[in-house]
Amino acid sequence: MTRLRDRFDARRAEGKSALVIYITEGDPSPAATADIVRAAADAGADAVELGVPFSDPSADGPVIQAAMQRALGNGGSLKSALATARAVRAAGCEVPLVLFGYYNPIFVYGTGRLAADARDAGIDALLTVDVPLGELGELAAPSARAGLGVVPLVAPTSGDDRVAQAAALDPPFVYYISMTGITGAAFSGSAGGAERVAKVREAVRAPVAVGFGIKTGDDARAVAAYADGVVVGSAVVSRIQAAGAQGAPAAVGEFVADLRRALDAPPRS
Amino acid sequence: MTMTTENAKPGQSPSTSSPGSGSISSGRFGDFGGQYVAETLMPAAEELAAAYAEAAGDPAFWAELSQRLQSYVGRPTPLSFAPTLSDELGARIYLKREDLLHTGAHKINNCLGQALLAARMGKTRIIAETGAGQHGVATATVAALLSMPCVVYMGAEDARRQALNVFRMKLLGAEVRTVAAGSQTLKDAMNEAIRDWVTNVAGTHYLLGSVAGPHPYPTMVRDFQSVIGREAREQIREAENRAPDALVACVGGGSNAAGLFSPFIGDSGVRLVGVEAAGEGLDSRHAATLSRGRPGVLHGSKSYVLCDDDGQVAEAHSISAGLDYPGVGPEHAHWRDTGRVRYVSRTDDEALAALQQLARAEGIVCALETAHAVAALPEVAGEVGPDGLVIVSISGRGDKDMETVSKALEVAS
Repeated sequence: MTRLRDRFDARRAEGKSALVIYITEGDPSPAATADIVRAAADAGADAVELGVPFSDPSADGPVIQAAMQRALGNGGSLKSALATARAVRAAGCEVPLVLFGYYNPIFVYGTGRLAADARDAGIDALLTVDVPLGELGELAAPSARAGLGVVPLVAPTSGDDRVAQAAALDPPFVYYISMTGITGAAFSGSAGGAERVAKVREAVRAPVAVGFGIKTGDDARAVAAYADGVVVGSAVVSRIQAAGAQGAPAAVGEFVADLRRALDAPPRS
Repeated sequence: MTMTTENAKPGQSPSTSSPGSGSISSGRFGDFGGQYVAETLMPAAEELAAAYAEAAGDPAFWAELSQRLQSYVGRPTPLSFAPTLSDELGARIYLKREDLLHTGAHKINNCLGQALLAARMGKTRIIAETGAGQHGVATATVAALLSMPCVVYMGAEDARRQALNVFRMKLLGAEVRTVAAGSQTLKDAMNEAIRDWVTNVAGTHYLLGSVAGPHPYPTMVRDFQSVIGREAREQIREAENRAPDALVACVGGGSNAAGLFSPFIGDSGVRLVGVEAAGEGLDSRHAATLSRGRPGVLHGSKSYVLCDDDGQVAEAHSISAGLDYPGVGPEHAHWRDTGRVRYVSRTDDEALAALQQLARAEGIVCALETAHAVAALPEVAGEVGPDGLVIVSISGRGDKDMETVSKALEVAS
């Protein structure tokens, strides 16, 4: 958890935004996933969200749905995600890892047991799409006991009371959903986003990362102007699919480097 | 974040026009229920819970619903004594005739209630998921009635099995979007409806068809369907001057069972039996979530779920599209764990046999979903004996299933 927060703080101290990359565990294969994580880290990702494949990903668009289907076919699972985290750490890679997914696999595994096993595997935080703030207590409590962070989601529709609930969790960062929609939808630009994120940043002491629909260096750069972090998911997953198992780590590394350059470029005048 | 309000007790309305006591819960049924949806949807779920709590306390809302159920839908439905079946099975069997409703199944009780609520909330668009197509048809019907645009999501496999209902929905002016993801059945249609809702959350009402989903759906849908049980309660008293000994209903998501059972939950002398789909058998492909599932979280609530050790949701199987669902409403999970309701299961073949038995004995061709409940009657009749009173929910008529049934019987003969 400290690892995650430290990275955001370090970027913030440089006056830069953190880059968070989403990938689906098991796509293109459980064995390749650790290599993709390391390639992303080497290319400048500040954190990696390791998406646990789920049979019914109701918050995801077609790109991540398809990746999850492929991953399940390849033996991807919550257990294999933990194995990937262990492999990443065994290889000496210290990139902060967020275990990302839907609640049922975690619930069936057991929240207490998962929190402990995730921590032991080198995971820094949990993020569950279908456990909103009002229900997050049942996951936050065992996570806190294990020393694991929980990342709350805040949406454009979330009122001030819900933002306050997110702040009360003292999270490593808050994930702000850029739009009302599913992952991979068309990026809607800043339409009120900057203002809303500024309000959320004011209300929570934690850094705020923005995700959903961010596909290019330009998108990332536009969001970085007002957010502590930028999350890119579907665009990464598309590149993994296009590159196939052999080429995926290199393709992800190249894309992450592009995003990093866009974020680090001096401000345009 | 849960809603609590006073129980709805409309003063002047007849007892069958509103759910009466215990209508609004906290959204929790013991360990089950809750609101497990994307954060984006939470304000919509809370808005709906607040709007329903407000409407449920307004006698005028129930009066309008009651009036429309009577003049448009065809309520009250008869409670028909089944003389031949009673002789054959050795108990006094009564049939609660939801098959006689407009659109042919109990689904419209809930659709009309939710559509009136959506209109009251100022929503301008309705979306729904459907399995067998009965809920989709009922939703398309009320959307037409209230002049609201309507999109129905249906698994591609279900759309093939229920082509006639797809046509009916289109005829009613609804747009039918088939879903090719996953098992191409009800659960995938629900995933897609949730994706639509999250994208168009401001003006769209998601008209969920069962006692599943996040709070307030399980409570609200149960309340709208409880008209089945409230009528049955009065009718059996009129016919037999006493309470029934047993109630039987099929359970997929569980809405007709919840509607029949809920007014009797406090009557400990009434035995309640829910019948799930055992498909090809409980050790093969089936949809018997309460019999063989485990606690889990799917489509917005904590309940029983058919899933593997990794938490991946199984592809359920039943000859009946309406029962072909790997989840179940959270209140049923609670009734299961507390023992208030006994859940049994019947196979595809047993349902087919029961469908024929009811047709020949009573001249009623019921839906394949309903046939599962009918298939459990011999067991229940044996328990209550010749003087025992049993009410079975005839939740829908069988027209939509004739192709499936004729194919299945050809194979068998």
